[in-house]
Amino acid sequence: MSETLTIFEKGAPGRRAFACPELDVPHVDGLLPDALRRAQEPRLPEVSEPELVRHYVNLSKKNFDLDSGFYPLGSCTMKHNPRLHERVAALPGHARLHPLQSPARAQGALELMWNLERALAEIAGLPHVSLQPSAGSHGELAGVLLTRAFHADRGDTRTKVLTPDTAHGTNPATVTMAGYEVVKLGTNPDGGIDLDDLRAKADEDVACLMLTNPNTLGVFDHNIEEIAEIVHGVGATVYYDGANLNAIMGISRPGDMGFDIVHFNLHKSFTQPHGGGGPGSGPIAVADHIEPFLPRPVITRDQDGRFDLDDDRPKSIGKLRGFQGNYGCFVRSYAYIRSLGAEGLKDASETAVLNANYLLARLKALGVADKLPLAFGELCMHEFVLSGAPMKRDLQIRTLDLAKRLLDHGFHPPTVYFPLLVDEALLIEPTETETRETLDAFAEAIADILREAKEDPSIAREAPHTTPVRRLDEAGAAKRPVIRQALD
Amino acid sequence: MADASYPEDLLYHPEHDWVRIDGDTATFGITWFAQDALGEVVFIDPPEVGTRVTKDEPYAEVESVKAVSDVIAPLSGEIVEVNTALADKPETINDDPYGEGWLVRVKLSDDGEKDGLMDAAAYSASLS
Amino acid sequence: MLDAIGVGSLQEIFDRQIPAAVRLARPLDLPAGMPEHEVYAHLRALAARNTSAEDELTFLGAGMYDHYVPAVVDMLMERSEFLTPYTPYQPEISQGGLQVMFEYQTAISELTALPVSNASVYEGPSAVAAAAYLARIANGKPKIVISRGVHPHARAALRTTAGAYGGEVVEVGLRDGVTDADAWAGAIDQDTGAVIFAQPNFLGAVEDAAALAQAAKDSPAVVVGSYDPIPLGVLKPPGECGVDVAVGEGQSLGNRLDFGGPSFGFFAATEAYLRRMPGRIAGETRDVDGKRGFVLTLQTREQHIRREKATSNICTAQALNALAGVVYLSWLGRRGLVELGELLLQRTHYARSALTAIDGVEALHEQPVVREFAVRLDAPVDKVIARCQDAGINPGFALGREYDEYPDGLLVAITEQRSKADIDRLTDVLGAAVAAERHPAGAHA
Repeated sequence: MSETLTIFEKGAPGRRAFACPELDVPHVDGLLPDALRRAQEPRLPEVSEPELVRHYVNLSKKNFDLDSGFYPLGSCTMKHNPRLHERVAALPGHARLHPLQSPARAQGALELMWNLERALAEIAGLPHVSLQPSAGSHGELAGVLLTRAFHADRGDTRTKVLTPDTAHGTNPATVTMAGYEVVKLGTNPDGGIDLDDLRAKADEDVACLMLTNPNTLGVFDHNIEEIAEIVHGVGATVYYDGANLNAIMGISRPGDMGFDIVHFNLHKSFTQPHGGGGPGSGPIAVADHIEPFLPRPVITRDQDGRFDLDDDRPKSIGKLRGFQGNYGCFVRSYAYIRSLGAEGLKDASETAVLNANYLLARLKALGVADKLPLAFGELCMHEFVLSGAPMKRDLQIRTLDLAKRLLDHGFHPPTVYFPLLVDEALLIEPTETETRETLDAFAEAIADILREAKEDPSIAREAPHTTPVRRLDEAGAAKRPVIRQALD
Repeated sequence: MADASYPEDLLYHPEHDWVRIDGDTATFGITWFAQDALGEVVFIDPPEVGTRVTKDEPYAEVESVKAVSDVIAPLSGEIVEVNTALADKPETINDDPYGEGWLVRVKLSDDGEKDGLMDAAAYSASLS
Repeated sequence: MLDAIGVGSLQEIFDRQIPAAVRLARPLDLPAGMPEHEVYAHLRALAARNTSAEDELTFLGAGMYDHYVPAVVDMLMERSEFLTPYTPYQPEISQGGLQVMFEYQTAISELTALPVSNASVYEGPSAVAAAAYLARIANGKPKIVISRGVHPHARAALRTTAGAYGGEVVEVGLRDGVTDADAWAGAIDQDTGAVIFAQPNFLGAVEDAAALAQAAKDSPAVVVGSYDPIPLGVLKPPGECGVDVAVGEGQSLGNRLDFGGPSFGFFAATEAYLRRMPGRIAGETRDVDGKRGFVLTLQTREQHIRREKATSNICTAQALNALAGVVYLSWLGRRGLVELGELLLQRTHYARSALTAIDGVEALHEQPVVREFAVRLDAPVDKVIARCQDAGINPGFALGREYDEYPDGLLVAITEQRSKADIDRLTDVLGAAVAAERHPAGAHA
């Protein structure tokens, strides 16, 4: 089997796929002064269309993907991407619409966005929505900047944002970008926020508390109302990281729990395909007191049902990006919401929670729990965290090795080593997409790997054995980074 | 370095740093425990010669593939030498943490500070 | 399944975990679900109420352009193996996606003549804001000097984010259609952390990028250029102009208009800024059997490891759109990108000459242009545009929407899809519209 070649190492001089139109206007010399002109062509590939197609199709076959198999990545909500969505997103009326088209000639797009906003508002329990942020962490930045604007408007300067120690890394990174200091909150033995720690740290220098509920441990915090009260009591905002929304659609709403600002990940609960790392979309929903600060433009509807974009928003934080946001993602998510409807969305969350609890129970029944115990609680929401610490101690294989061996079984591994609070963490989220048979097979595979490790731990430690490449030298890649094809 | 070791002739800081004192200068590095917890070191962001370091404060960062760690100064002073060989071979910190894996040499500013450090036995005991 | 879990009902699972006080006691107030064909019909009806580039001959640009997206791009983007996986955290089964990132990084590096590129950021305007954040982390200086020629949305995104970390944005105006060189030099001092210009600028004018970069050489500032990628077939690349960080909007490279997104932003830099780059970076390595492979590398920059000290909070980026970008650049090929640039250069010149020959239309500036240019109309721009659209042509962007100083300005974009015949038609229709608006009392031109 020969070395993989990049597209830059293929082709030959003169080959091409693109046929440039003939020059149909009179040629004029000297339009660009030489000093401004490019002297050397960029060394892009020279390949024919068939070579191009073969190269990328063959590359694609080295990827595991959600259409091919089970993908229980905790916190990622890898649910099925319905193919209708690609068809509707490709309709030229959506796909070939210019963002600066006059609103009078983009009424379909504005109505779609308006409807999506209303649906997200209903799901969140917060009335005002902006679809602008490009991804979840962009939505987080929007939320913390909105908080900053809210306090500034009241003449208040605060310097801190509270986040639990179980928070996803984007939360503290966002806090720093927004000019605040991160203050960590402890987790209590039930997996929720340590209320005493919260009371001690919640003061008038705190701008915001960032939380997700259920959290990254898969635990729904019973004290959520009290938490919101404590934070509101010092005049701070409560921000909901919507990464785990799949557990609660139609069942509980962040607005009703007391949150002021919520972000959604359309590429999680709302089936925007993940694309190998994006695109995503991170809309936000906010309470009345935050509404004036929303990014601009805001979509409006007049009494005749005509839609428009309103840029005249004096208190707005401004813009986070160009134009209105990732409309292609809105089309897909809107199609999903219209397909499922109120009952379907609730059903999705109920089934997601059922599946997670069932998988947890199957693992227990197969005797896996003493090597991979549940880190918190007894039941779980849409995902659960196991600790691989006993497995490491007793069988001499780590969570990493278990994950790599799962690849040989044809499954994508769960999320590993997150959240940081749990030693040798394994975060498992099956989603509502999966059948009972798949969950059974996955649980069997884990049990098999543990049995095998008892006999011979080296198999898992050297796994994977059957994938296109085996374990890669990540240390070497970090020490001497080679991040482009050399062409000299 | 495969097995845990804490040489007797060194002093230790609770944040897993060692000190070798030589008159009024000292050599700093990280202990076996620290390099083991990090995994293979892939990058060190060193300070510059002439920088002041303060006891208990970070003066550099070490990175493995999956982690970043502040390196804490066990004593105060001014950096007089930096181990530049680590730029090409950062894994020396793992292979020889007390020898070739030294990080900086410092001209000490406070003679009394070393009394606050632990000896090998005390540090080793603190790890269990 | 409920027996296996050990509960009597599904509701029990929720009752035991969620307090009753926060349970939603009613159904969601949303319409009922619909079967696939009804959803399709509904989405189609919405599409029908949009005037897209399919429905009118469009010369509208201003940041996103109606280039032809080749069929191979659509076909590859729809493949399950590219469309549905997650970010490649398990490299052994993600070599396809990781190699695509590596190839994309190579393509961007070639395009910009800068050695280092990441695997994408969200889009153009937020990439400008991200570059300013990189500068802030790199040198800690508060002042950010930005040309008024940078896209209005990028300037807005910069203001929105910079205030939070104490960045002071100073805008330098234009003169004769390009950044005022004296004002630019005058604004740069020892407190300047970043200087930012666009190439070509929002008015379509080609800037003297090397001179703008040179003006910052004795300051601490990181030189940031926001580049439109298509003209890089003919324009001197940022790496040869003294630019430290080059960013830009990638939509023109194989991505749809999609009413503004998703597309991708590119982010390239000199070697010195490698460890401060935001976003994912794919690196080459070997596996235990010595096979060539690729991994996400330098992850210690990123939020999942460095958390509050990360170079950015970015997690999900635009991998699928970057795939479209590298496929498109490979489809164009090294000659194709240059030929496309030369074609646009000629047709844009032709269009500007033709339009400025119309009575009541003059050039807003005379600078060299590659694919977009600005004119002034001696008639209300919005009304002229409306007349053109009624005749099936979108003549361009009303500059007055973003620049108070050009209330009579129109920005006109040319792509390979706009032939000489199309430009001639634009000339006729725009000419008639301007004439009609100049003599509104019913006289013909």
